[in-house]
Amino acid sequence: MEEGGIKMDLNKGVSTNKMIFPGQVHETPDGGFLITKLDEVINWARANSLWPLIFGTSCCAIEMMSAADAKYDWSRFGFEVARATPRQADLIIVSGTIVMKMAPVLKRLYDQMPDPKYVIAMGACTISGGPFFYNTYSVVKGVDHIIPVDVYIPGCPPRPEALLHSMITLQEKIKNEAYFRKAKT
Amino acid sequence: MTNEELKNDIIEFSPAAIFDESGEFLNVIIASESLLPLMKELRSKKEFDFDYLFCLTCVDWKDHLMMVYFLLSKTHNHTIVVKAKISDTVNPQIESVNSIWKTAELNEDEVYDLFGVNFLNHPNLRRLFLEEDWVGFPLRKNYVDEHMIKL
Repeated sequence: MEEGGIKMDLNKGVSTNKMIFPGQVHETPDGGFLITKLDEVINWARANSLWPLIFGTSCCAIEMMSAADAKYDWSRFGFEVARATPRQADLIIVSGTIVMKMAPVLKRLYDQMPDPKYVIAMGACTISGGPFFYNTYSVVKGVDHIIPVDVYIPGCPPRPEALLHSMITLQEKIKNEAYFRKAKT
Repeated sequence: MTNEELKNDIIEFSPAAIFDESGEFLNVIIASESLLPLMKELRSKKEFDFDYLFCLTCVDWKDHLMMVYFLLSKTHNHTIVVKAKISDTVNPQIESVNSIWKTAELNEDEVYDLFGVNFLNHPNLRRLFLEEDWVGFPLRKNYVDEHMIKL
Protein backbone atom coordinates (compact mmCIF):
# COMPACT_ATOMS: atom_id res chain seq x y z
CA MET A 1 0.00 0.00 0.00
CA GLU A 2 1.33 3.36 -1.00
CA GLU A 3 1.02 6.08 1.55
CA GLY A 4 0.13 9.63 0.54
CA GLY A 5 -0.85 8.74 -2.98
CA ILE A 6 -3.51 6.77 -4.74
CA LYS A 7 -2.52 3.39 -5.98
CA MET A 8 -2.83 3.99 -9.66
CA ASP A 9 -3.62 0.39 -10.59
CA LEU A 10 -6.97 0.86 -8.83
CA ASN A 11 -7.95 3.23 -11.57
CA LYS A 12 -6.03 1.59 -14.35
CA GLY A 13 -7.60 2.23 -17.69
CA VAL A 14 -10.15 4.54 -16.15
CA SER A 15 -8.42 7.69 -15.09
CA THR A 16 -5.47 9.65 -16.36
CA ASN A 17 -5.86 12.16 -13.56
CA LYS A 18 -2.40 12.98 -12.15
CA MET A 19 -3.80 14.55 -8.96
CA ILE A 20 -2.48 12.78 -5.91
CA PHE A 21 -5.23 11.50 -3.66
CA PRO A 22 -4.43 12.32 -0.04
CA GLY A 23 -4.62 9.59 2.58
CA GLN A 24 -4.44 5.86 2.26
CA VAL A 25 -6.51 3.42 0.30
CA HIS A 26 -7.18 -0.02 1.73
CA GLU A 27 -8.53 -2.68 -0.53
CA THR A 28 -11.23 -4.92 0.86
CA PRO A 29 -11.94 -8.50 -0.29
CA ASP A 30 -15.09 -7.61 -2.18
CA GLY A 31 -13.36 -4.99 -4.26
CA GLY A 32 -14.48 -1.83 -2.40
CA PHE A 33 -12.06 0.32 -0.47
CA LEU A 34 -11.80 2.34 2.74
CA ILE A 35 -10.00 5.57 3.20
CA THR A 36 -8.14 6.85 6.19
CA LYS A 37 -7.03 10.29 7.22
CA LEU A 38 -10.51 11.74 6.86
CA ASP A 39 -9.13 15.19 7.65
CA GLU A 40 -7.05 15.21 4.54
CA VAL A 41 -9.92 14.17 2.33
CA ILE A 42 -12.27 16.75 3.79
CA ASN A 43 -9.60 19.42 3.66
CA TRP A 44 -8.82 18.55 0.07
CA ALA A 45 -12.46 19.10 -0.78
CA ARG A 46 -12.81 22.22 1.32
CA ALA A 47 -9.67 23.82 -0.03
CA ASN A 48 -10.81 23.38 -3.59
CA SER A 49 -14.26 24.84 -3.12
CA LEU A 50 -13.75 28.05 -1.19
CA TRP A 51 -16.65 30.43 -1.65
CA PRO A 52 -15.60 34.02 -1.32
CA LEU A 53 -17.88 36.76 -0.08
CA ILE A 54 -18.30 39.68 -2.44
CA PHE A 55 -16.77 42.46 -0.41
CA GLY A 56 -14.89 45.28 -2.09
CA THR A 57 -14.44 48.73 -0.65
CA SER A 58 -12.10 50.37 -3.14
CA CYS A 59 -9.61 49.92 -5.98
CA CYS A 60 -8.34 46.50 -4.81
CA ALA A 61 -11.85 45.28 -5.55
CA ILE A 62 -11.27 46.09 -9.21
CA GLU A 63 -8.25 43.78 -9.18
CA MET A 64 -10.33 41.18 -7.37
CA MET A 65 -13.00 41.38 -10.08
CA SER A 66 -10.23 41.10 -12.63
CA ALA A 67 -9.00 37.94 -10.94
CA ALA A 68 -12.49 36.54 -11.32
CA ASP A 69 -12.78 37.24 -15.03
CA ALA A 70 -11.76 35.09 -17.96
CA LYS A 71 -8.17 36.28 -18.18
CA TYR A 72 -7.09 35.29 -14.67
CA ASP A 73 -10.04 33.02 -13.92
CA TRP A 74 -9.94 32.10 -10.27
CA SER A 75 -12.48 29.37 -10.90
CA ARG A 76 -9.50 27.27 -12.00
CA PHE A 77 -8.80 26.95 -8.29
CA GLY A 78 -12.37 26.61 -7.09
CA PHE A 79 -13.20 30.19 -6.13
CA GLU A 80 -15.84 31.00 -8.71
CA VAL A 81 -18.86 30.72 -6.44
CA ALA A 82 -18.70 34.26 -5.11
CA ARG A 83 -21.55 34.79 -2.71
CA ALA A 84 -23.44 37.96 -1.97
CA THR A 85 -24.34 36.81 1.52
CA PRO A 86 -21.91 36.03 4.34
CA ARG A 87 -24.01 33.06 5.44
CA GLN A 88 -22.95 31.09 2.37
CA ALA A 89 -19.32 32.19 2.25
CA ASP A 90 -16.18 30.55 3.60
CA LEU A 91 -13.79 33.33 2.77
CA ILE A 92 -13.82 37.08 2.92
CA ILE A 93 -11.36 38.95 0.75
CA VAL A 94 -11.05 42.37 2.34
CA SER A 95 -10.13 44.33 -0.76
CA GLY A 96 -9.89 48.00 -0.03
CA THR A 97 -9.63 50.68 2.59
CA ILE A 98 -11.65 50.07 5.73
CA VAL A 99 -12.80 53.26 7.40
CA MET A 100 -14.06 53.61 10.96
CA LYS A 101 -17.64 53.71 9.73
CA MET A 102 -17.18 50.50 7.73
CA ALA A 103 -15.44 48.64 10.57
CA PRO A 104 -18.59 47.56 12.46
CA VAL A 105 -20.16 46.42 9.17
CA LEU A 106 -17.12 44.30 8.35
CA LYS A 107 -17.12 42.79 11.84
CA ARG A 108 -20.78 41.96 11.50
CA LEU A 109 -20.29 40.32 8.11
CA TYR A 110 -17.43 38.27 9.52
CA ASP A 111 -19.53 37.21 12.49
CA GLN A 112 -22.34 36.12 10.19
CA MET A 113 -20.08 33.77 8.23
CA PRO A 114 -20.32 30.12 9.29
CA ASP A 115 -17.24 28.41 10.74
CA PRO A 116 -14.68 27.57 9.51
CA LYS A 117 -14.00 30.94 7.92
CA TYR A 118 -10.97 32.59 6.43
CA VAL A 119 -9.82 36.12 5.78
CA ILE A 120 -7.51 37.45 3.09
CA ALA A 121 -6.27 41.00 3.62
CA MET A 122 -5.68 42.34 0.15
CA GLY A 123 -3.52 45.39 -0.40
CA ALA A 124 -1.67 47.98 1.64
CA CYS A 125 -4.79 49.60 3.10
CA THR A 126 -6.03 46.45 4.74
CA ILE A 127 -2.58 45.49 6.02
CA SER A 128 -1.74 48.77 7.71
CA GLY A 129 -3.80 51.63 6.36
CA GLY A 130 -1.22 51.94 3.59
CA PRO A 131 -1.21 55.38 1.98
CA PHE A 132 -3.68 56.53 4.64
CA PHE A 133 -1.48 55.64 7.60
CA TYR A 134 -0.51 59.20 8.53
CA ASN A 135 -2.70 62.20 9.28
CA THR A 136 -6.01 60.49 8.76
CA TYR A 137 -9.05 60.62 10.95
CA SER A 138 -11.10 57.95 9.27
CA VAL A 139 -9.04 54.96 8.13
CA VAL A 140 -8.58 51.81 10.21
CA LYS A 141 -4.84 51.11 10.33
CA GLY A 142 -4.89 47.44 9.50
CA VAL A 143 -7.94 45.22 9.18
CA ASP A 144 -6.43 42.85 11.77
CA HIS A 145 -7.58 45.34 14.39
CA ILE A 146 -11.10 44.12 13.62
CA ILE A 147 -10.95 40.51 12.38
CA PRO A 148 -8.22 37.84 12.35
CA VAL A 149 -6.38 37.57 9.04
CA ASP A 150 -5.08 34.36 7.45
CA VAL A 151 -3.19 35.69 4.44
CA TYR A 152 -1.83 39.15 3.75
CA ILE A 153 -1.12 40.35 0.21
CA PRO A 154 1.07 43.45 -0.13
CA GLY A 155 0.65 45.79 -3.07
CA CYS A 156 -1.24 48.91 -3.98
CA PRO A 157 -3.19 47.31 -5.48
CA PRO A 158 -1.78 43.76 -5.77
CA ARG A 159 -1.94 42.19 -9.21
CA PRO A 160 -4.53 39.48 -9.81
CA GLU A 161 -1.68 36.94 -9.88
CA ALA A 162 -0.80 37.98 -6.34
CA LEU A 163 -4.39 37.42 -5.29
CA LEU A 164 -4.38 33.98 -6.89
CA HIS A 165 -1.11 33.22 -5.14
CA SER A 166 -2.59 34.23 -1.81
CA MET A 167 -5.62 32.04 -2.40
CA ILE A 168 -3.43 29.08 -3.23
CA THR A 169 -1.45 29.83 -0.08
CA LEU A 170 -4.71 29.78 1.84
CA GLN A 171 -5.52 26.41 0.26
CA GLU A 172 -2.18 25.10 1.51
CA LYS A 173 -3.09 26.30 4.97
CA ILE A 174 -6.47 24.64 4.86
CA LYS A 175 -4.99 21.38 3.60
CA ASN A 176 -2.70 21.30 6.63
CA GLU A 177 -5.21 21.92 9.35
CA ALA A 178 -7.22 19.49 11.45
CA TYR A 179 -10.77 20.09 10.32
CA PHE A 180 -12.69 18.52 13.17
CA ARG A 181 -10.58 20.19 15.81
CA LYS A 182 -10.97 23.51 14.08
CA ALA A 183 -14.71 23.16 13.80
CA LYS A 184 -15.09 22.61 17.54
CA THR A 185 -13.21 25.70 18.61
CA MET B 1 -21.49 88.91 -19.08
CA THR B 2 -17.73 89.29 -19.14
CA ASN B 3 -15.69 89.35 -15.96
CA GLU B 4 -15.28 93.15 -16.27
CA GLU B 5 -19.03 93.69 -16.47
CA LEU B 6 -19.59 91.34 -13.53
CA LYS B 7 -16.98 93.22 -11.52
CA ASN B 8 -18.55 96.60 -12.23
CA ASP B 9 -22.02 95.41 -11.31
CA ILE B 10 -20.86 93.72 -8.12
CA ILE B 11 -18.77 96.67 -6.94
CA GLU B 12 -21.85 98.84 -7.41
CA PHE B 13 -23.87 96.57 -5.15
CA SER B 14 -21.21 95.77 -2.57
CA PRO B 15 -18.36 98.31 -2.56
CA ALA B 16 -16.28 96.42 0.02
CA ALA B 17 -15.78 93.41 -2.29
CA ILE B 18 -12.23 92.43 -3.28
CA PHE B 19 -11.57 90.77 -6.65
CA ASP B 20 -9.04 88.19 -7.66
CA GLU B 21 -8.66 87.12 -11.28
CA SER B 22 -5.50 85.03 -10.97
CA GLY B 23 -7.41 81.76 -11.20
CA GLU B 24 -9.70 80.25 -13.79
CA PHE B 25 -12.77 82.12 -12.54
CA LEU B 26 -13.44 85.59 -11.26
CA ASN B 27 -13.20 85.51 -7.47
CA VAL B 28 -15.12 87.87 -5.22
CA ILE B 29 -13.96 88.04 -1.63
CA ILE B 30 -16.35 89.52 0.91
CA ALA B 31 -16.94 89.48 4.65
CA SER B 32 -19.23 86.73 5.94
CA GLU B 33 -21.82 89.26 7.19
CA SER B 34 -22.48 90.64 3.71
CA LEU B 35 -22.80 87.23 2.06
CA LEU B 36 -26.56 86.76 1.96
CA PRO B 37 -27.55 90.12 0.35
CA LEU B 38 -24.93 89.66 -2.36
CA MET B 39 -25.98 86.07 -3.03
CA LYS B 40 -29.63 87.09 -3.31
CA GLU B 41 -28.64 89.79 -5.79
CA LEU B 42 -26.54 87.36 -7.83
CA ARG B 43 -29.45 84.95 -8.00
CA SER B 44 -32.31 87.34 -8.67
CA LYS B 45 -30.88 90.11 -10.85
CA LYS B 46 -31.68 89.42 -14.51
CA GLU B 47 -28.19 90.31 -15.73
CA PHE B 48 -26.51 87.94 -13.26
CA ASP B 49 -29.03 85.10 -13.04
CA PHE B 50 -26.69 82.66 -11.27
CA ASP B 51 -29.12 79.78 -11.10
CA TYR B 52 -26.72 76.93 -10.38
CA LEU B 53 -24.53 76.50 -7.30
CA PHE B 54 -22.16 73.80 -8.48
CA CYS B 55 -19.73 73.68 -5.60
CA LEU B 56 -19.81 74.77 -1.99
CA THR B 57 -16.87 74.18 0.28
CA CYS B 58 -14.68 75.67 2.96
CA VAL B 59 -10.95 76.23 3.45
CA ASP B 60 -9.20 76.40 6.80
CA TRP B 61 -6.47 79.06 6.70
CA LYS B 62 -5.70 78.61 10.42
CA ASP B 63 -6.35 82.27 11.34
CA HIS B 64 -9.65 82.36 9.49
CA LEU B 65 -12.06 80.15 7.57
CA MET B 66 -13.03 80.87 3.99
CA MET B 67 -16.36 79.71 2.62
CA VAL B 68 -16.23 79.15 -1.14
CA TYR B 69 -19.26 79.20 -3.45
CA PHE B 70 -18.99 78.39 -7.16
CA LEU B 71 -21.88 79.86 -9.13
CA LEU B 72 -22.86 79.29 -12.73
CA SER B 73 -25.53 80.89 -14.86
CA LYS B 74 -27.10 78.49 -17.33
CA THR B 75 -28.74 81.31 -19.29
CA HIS B 76 -25.71 83.62 -19.57
CA ASN B 77 -23.05 80.92 -19.27
CA HIS B 78 -20.85 82.87 -16.90
CA THR B 79 -19.20 81.63 -13.75
CA ILE B 80 -18.16 83.31 -10.55
CA VAL B 81 -16.55 82.25 -7.28
CA VAL B 82 -17.75 83.98 -4.14
CA LYS B 83 -15.55 83.67 -1.08
CA ALA B 84 -16.75 84.69 2.34
CA LYS B 85 -14.21 85.19 5.09
CA ILE B 86 -15.15 83.99 8.57
CA SER B 87 -12.77 85.53 11.09
CA ASP B 88 -14.08 83.72 14.17
CA THR B 89 -12.49 80.26 14.08
CA VAL B 90 -13.63 79.27 17.58
CA ASN B 91 -17.33 79.60 16.88
CA PRO B 92 -17.61 80.12 13.12
CA GLN B 93 -21.00 80.99 11.73
CA ILE B 94 -22.47 82.23 8.49
CA GLU B 95 -25.88 82.62 6.89
CA SER B 96 -27.13 79.58 5.01
CA VAL B 97 -27.84 80.01 1.31
CA ASN B 98 -30.25 77.06 1.12
CA SER B 99 -33.17 79.45 0.65
CA ILE B 100 -31.58 80.57 -2.65
CA TRP B 101 -30.17 77.27 -3.92
CA LYS B 102 -31.75 74.15 -2.44
CA THR B 103 -28.62 72.11 -3.17
CA ALA B 104 -26.74 74.11 -0.54
CA GLU B 105 -28.61 72.24 2.16
CA LEU B 106 -26.57 69.04 1.88
CA ASN B 107 -23.38 70.86 0.95
CA GLU B 108 -23.68 72.90 4.11
CA ASP B 109 -24.32 69.75 6.12
CA GLU B 110 -21.02 68.45 4.79
CA VAL B 111 -19.13 71.65 5.61
CA TYR B 112 -20.64 71.61 9.10
CA ASP B 113 -19.62 67.97 9.49
CA LEU B 114 -16.00 68.44 8.50
CA PHE B 115 -15.26 72.10 9.36
CA GLY B 116 -17.79 72.91 12.09
CA VAL B 117 -19.19 76.01 10.43
CA ASN B 118 -22.57 76.86 11.92
CA PHE B 119 -25.07 77.78 9.24
CA LEU B 120 -27.75 80.14 10.45
CA ASN B 121 -31.33 79.47 9.30
CA HIS B 122 -30.41 76.03 8.00
CA PRO B 123 -33.45 73.70 8.18
CA ASN B 124 -31.61 70.57 9.28
CA LEU B 125 -27.98 71.07 10.22
CA ARG B 126 -26.48 67.70 11.08
CA ARG B 127 -23.50 65.42 10.59
CA LEU B 128 -23.61 64.04 7.06
CA PHE B 129 -20.75 61.53 6.82
CA LEU B 130 -19.44 61.00 10.32
CA GLU B 131 -21.24 59.38 13.21
CA GLU B 132 -23.62 61.50 15.26
CA ASP B 133 -21.38 61.28 18.32
CA TRP B 134 -18.13 62.24 16.57
CA VAL B 135 -16.11 64.76 18.53
CA GLY B 136 -14.43 67.57 16.59
CA PHE B 137 -14.27 68.54 12.95
CA PRO B 138 -11.63 66.48 11.07
CA LEU B 139 -10.75 68.81 8.21
CA ARG B 140 -9.81 71.65 10.55
CA LYS B 141 -6.04 72.13 10.71
CA ASN B 142 -6.00 71.92 14.50
CA TYR B 143 -7.94 68.64 14.63
CA VAL B 144 -6.37 65.75 16.56
CA ASP B 145 -7.69 62.46 17.86
CA GLU B 146 -6.19 59.43 19.53
CA HIS B 147 -6.18 57.32 16.34
CA MET B 148 -4.32 59.86 14.27
CA ILE B 149 -0.63 59.28 13.63
CA LYS B 150 1.12 62.53 12.75
CA LEU B 151 3.89 62.39 10.18
